[in-house]
Amino acid sequence: MRETRMVSVSGILGYGYPEAALQAALARGVDMLGCDGGSSDPGPYYLGSGKPFVSLRAMKRDLRLMLRAAVAHRLPMLIGTCGGAGGEPHLQLVAQMVRDIAREEGLHFPMALIHSEQPKARVQEGLREGRVHPLGRMPPLAEETIERATRIVGLCGPEPYMRALDEGAQVVLGGRSSDPAPFAAHALRAQLPPAQAWYAGKMLECGAAPALPKGPDCLLVTVREDGVVCEPMGERACTPLSVANHSLHENASPIRHVEPGGVLDTSECRFEAVSPKATLVTGMRWHPAGTYTVKLEAAERLGHRAVSFAGTRDPGLIGQLPGFLDRVRSLVAEKARDLEIGPEAYRLTIHRYGLDGVMGAREPLRGAPGHEIGFLIDVVGEDAEIAAAVIALARTSMLHCDFPGRLCKEGNMAIPFSPSDLMAGEVYRFSMAHVMETADPCALFPIEHERV
Amino acid sequence: MALIRDIAQVCKSKNAGPFELTIDVVFADDATFERVRASGVLGPALFARLYGVAEADVLFTPYPAGRAFKATLPRLVPAGEIGDTDVYGAQQHAPLLEVDIPL
Repeated sequence: MRETRMVSVSGILGYGYPEAALQAALARGVDMLGCDGGSSDPGPYYLGSGKPFVSLRAMKRDLRLMLRAAVAHRLPMLIGTCGGAGGEPHLQLVAQMVRDIAREEGLHFPMALIHSEQPKARVQEGLREGRVHPLGRMPPLAEETIERATRIVGLCGPEPYMRALDEGAQVVLGGRSSDPAPFAAHALRAQLPPAQAWYAGKMLECGAAPALPKGPDCLLVTVREDGVVCEPMGERACTPLSVANHSLHENASPIRHVEPGGVLDTSECRFEAVSPKATLVTGMRWHPAGTYTVKLEAAERLGHRAVSFAGTRDPGLIGQLPGFLDRVRSLVAEKARDLEIGPEAYRLTIHRYGLDGVMGAREPLRGAPGHEIGFLIDVVGEDAEIAAAVIALARTSMLHCDFPGRLCKEGNMAIPFSPSDLMAGEVYRFSMAHVMETADPCALFPIEHERV
Repeated sequence: MALIRDIAQVCKSKNAGPFELTIDVVFADDATFERVRASGVLGPALFARLYGVAEADVLFTPYPAGRAFKATLPRLVPAGEIGDTDVYGAQQHAPLLEVDIPL
């Protein structure tokens, strides 16, 4: 019976893993080394700005151990969604890091880069041809949304990874990809069925997350024709329940997983412990889609953020907070107008910790607030200068705005640091969750080969 | 009667992509899962009420293999949008903790 073994070193490249866990996997014998490099979870800033959300130091350490192992054991090494968001700057960052490590370590290998960033013209063309469709409750894509985007990426499926390997690459660095894609690619190339290949990828994309207790570790997955065996390398276990429950993680449904080219159906999965540490999963099914679609993600720039933090311990103020904050907003608007900053040039949000700072409008407890409340004052201005001007107005208004029955006439707020206003950089929003039909799964993802 | 906070093994929330929030409740054994299921309390109507969304916007899935129930619904605002309070969606589970199950 055919089988292949893959190891995922970590949930995200740069989140770290014990070197001993990788060595344990290598000692067991593996056919492929992989890691998911990104996620949309840390928010739109990273896709928009082109920056990673882990430190370069951590990413380089994780990469170095992988590269040494891949070369020493002649293993294919696949990284998906390089640099956190998988745009062109993210991919180039990781590619340069790989070249640097190879030079430092005297390693040589054929490498391929898969580009996932989508030119606006290509998406406009897809839109004009009726090949772009909204996901979920998104509105249909508008031409202006494409034009406003700072960066658009497509989520690459396994096919470009398979092609890169077929064309001779040993190390494949992917731009934005469906998280399981690099792992599914290796298993599909090893002639294993799509249901098993995708299921394995779903388990491997989060490192050792399917194991308990949670912790940094490498996950070894054996893909067989009849199922998938998951086993962590460290002091933890993949139990039938822990593996079953990994299907809940960050998915809309635990039984139906939409991927490029089809749907992974886990509704009939059976989970069976095959050792104290390993669980065999069988019964997964793959339903190919009639039309191959690629998911699009994009970030567009909203402006620049400045923040300040303050807290109140005054019961008189806490007792009339809504009115007070309304007055602060009016005062800020008035003073901003004096500085020739109109209401359309900034957005002021005041998070109220101790009241509804975590859940906002969905907070069900509307009773008596606690004895102190913290305020995160958040200004997004059209540019940094406007944000800095408005945050200063907001901070002083919070501190000094009068309210009925005010006893604390020297100041309403305790401000914990000086300088009190912090510039928080550029602000983006996610602006697309759409799919684009394509006849060729590789067409949107150019592959570039080099010798390192 | 039993509160979810006292009988669940796991009660958590997280983004399912930047536009949706997904909430999971996991029970320690099959018997508890089945009793909670039989109570009929957990369902789209409950999540619609707790999170202020239309029932049609709640994707509710009982998941016996994981002794779990999952509900996925729209986020209040997309992750990282101005005014968002929880970029990862990791602290939106609390309303469920106080739900009373007639066991």
